Amino acid sequence: MEGTAIPGRLSSGPQPWEVATVTAVTSETPSVRTIGLGVPSWPGHRAGQHLDVRLTAEDGYSAERSYSIAAAADDPVAITVERLDDGEVSPYLTEDVRVGDQLEIRGPVGGYFVWETADGGPLLLVGGGSGIVPLRAILRQREHSGSDVPVTLLYSARTVSDLIYRDELDTYHDGVEIIYTLTREQPAGWTGYARRVDQALLAEVAWPAGKDPLAFVCGPTSFVETVAGGLVALGYEPGRIKTERFGGTGGP
Amino acid sequence: MGELDGNGAAGLLQEIFGTEMTIAVATCASCGSAAPIGESVLYAGGPGTVIRCRSCEGLLVVITQVRGRHCVDLMGIRALDPPSGSA
Amino acid sequence: MSPISHGFRRRHTVPEGAAGRVPPGQYVTDGFPVLSAGPTPHTPLTEWTFSIRQGSSTLKSWTWQELQQLPAETPTVDIHCVTRWSKLDTEWRGVSVDTLLDQVKHDAGYVMAFSDGGYTTNLPLADVTGGKAWVAFNFGGSPLEPEHGGPARLLVPHLYFWKSAKWVRGLELMDEDRPGFWETYGYNMYGDPWKEQRYQGD
Repeated sequence: MEGTAIPGRLSSGPQPWEVATVTAVTSETPSVRTIGLGVPSWPGHRAGQHLDVRLTAEDGYSAERSYSIAAAADDPVAITVERLDDGEVSPYLTEDVRVGDQLEIRGPVGGYFVWETADGGPLLLVGGGSGIVPLRAILRQREHSGSDVPVTLLYSARTVSDLIYRDELDTYHDGVEIIYTLTREQPAGWTGYARRVDQALLAEVAWPAGKDPLAFVCGPTSFVETVAGGLVALGYEPGRIKTERFGGTGGP
Repeated sequence: MGELDGNGAAGLLQEIFGTEMTIAVATCASCGSAAPIGESVLYAGGPGTVIRCRSCEGLLVVITQVRGRHCVDLMGIRALDPPSGSA
Repeated sequence: MSPISHGFRRRHTVPEGAAGRVPPGQYVTDGFPVLSAGPTPHTPLTEWTFSIRQGSSTLKSWTWQELQQLPAETPTVDIHCVTRWSKLDTEWRGVSVDTLLDQVKHDAGYVMAFSDGGYTTNLPLADVTGGKAWVAFNFGGSPLEPEHGGPARLLVPHLYFWKSAKWVRGLELMDEDRPGFWETYGYNMYGDPWKEQRYQGD
């Protein structure tokens, strides 16, 4: 395709942005909140997808961000948002938004970082920080569909109070193994891992490559790069490692 | 190699192309490697959206928005296999 | 029309007394956003050069050492990004482009700044001379960080900041104006923030 700039099509037809109403607000951790959304013509979504949120201030200034959908395919749409200290949108969504407020959203979007029951497994889900959000949607999807695909979830966070959905994750038993690692501080009596995910940790918890696993890795960019590289080194098929980078520096 | 990946441009690409594009496999015109757009490197937030090949960092797609119109340049893509469904 | 998100506001507004310094449509930030079109290059200083080119010839070239030995200035300027953030009283240290261009004979009317990684941006000669532009290598009293364009970037504060090419490696002299990277994709050939010249046709 030769290099000439071509004007894109005018935005005609159905407008991609639509107005959603906040239906529920749930505090997950001191800095993380799940926001339930009512969207009039929601077409349904798949586990792993996200949606884009656009906020407009009274003076016309607007900002857009993407947030992973925290719900399974048949569940009402919800996003889980982590408050970033220097963020512009996340403080508003985690502190100011109330039930009944309106938000402009575009979605659902994404087709690459998606798991449907028919995709099978065994599944390796690796999440860093708020990277757990789409992985929770995948776990719920598996549960709702009655799938018996075996799953290993490796979840890395800074401290135990940063773990999102902890109570829910602890309810999974049949065919689901949940492994935590806390990288900054561990409570007394902690028996989980206590360091950043590295090659050795992956080797201990990941499915052997011979089982032809399907991996989903999500979190800060550097976390995803480390884990994806580690899985390739373990012999995972690169085409069966799905990645979603949330950007930001450092991470758990 | 840095920053975000093509998943972050899913909404914009869907708005422009009218269909999901992150599972479309793009063959890089610079180095010939092929990968889903979801895995490519995304530079966003500046004057435009730039999508680069994860193997060689060559330009794949540049998108700007000028007075409500999207300007899209796919010059860096030698071939694009359109989305055919989920994995 | 987009619904207003009640209570949502931009993080920073115009500080007291600074209204006349902020072009239309801009808001003042005390951060320094990192916005790029590509990966951060890392050219070793031992290999770094700044060149003035014309056609296929290099008219003059300076190594990093040679650049550091030229007289430098410490401009304090306001900068304005087309993505709507402005930053006031930014402190730089660099060599004036006048100092560099004075060492070559030419009658070009325009320049194309070119950078590591392939980025380009075009400017009229008159807008990089007369004390309006620098090759800057210090910011805020410290060496310019790679993510902000270090080791050296072009600094042309009177135009939108996409004209202040990061990782600059030289200027190509041109007889006629030609669009650089963002200009090719619809951004204004000139880019005066006071006239809000963001896009072609503004």
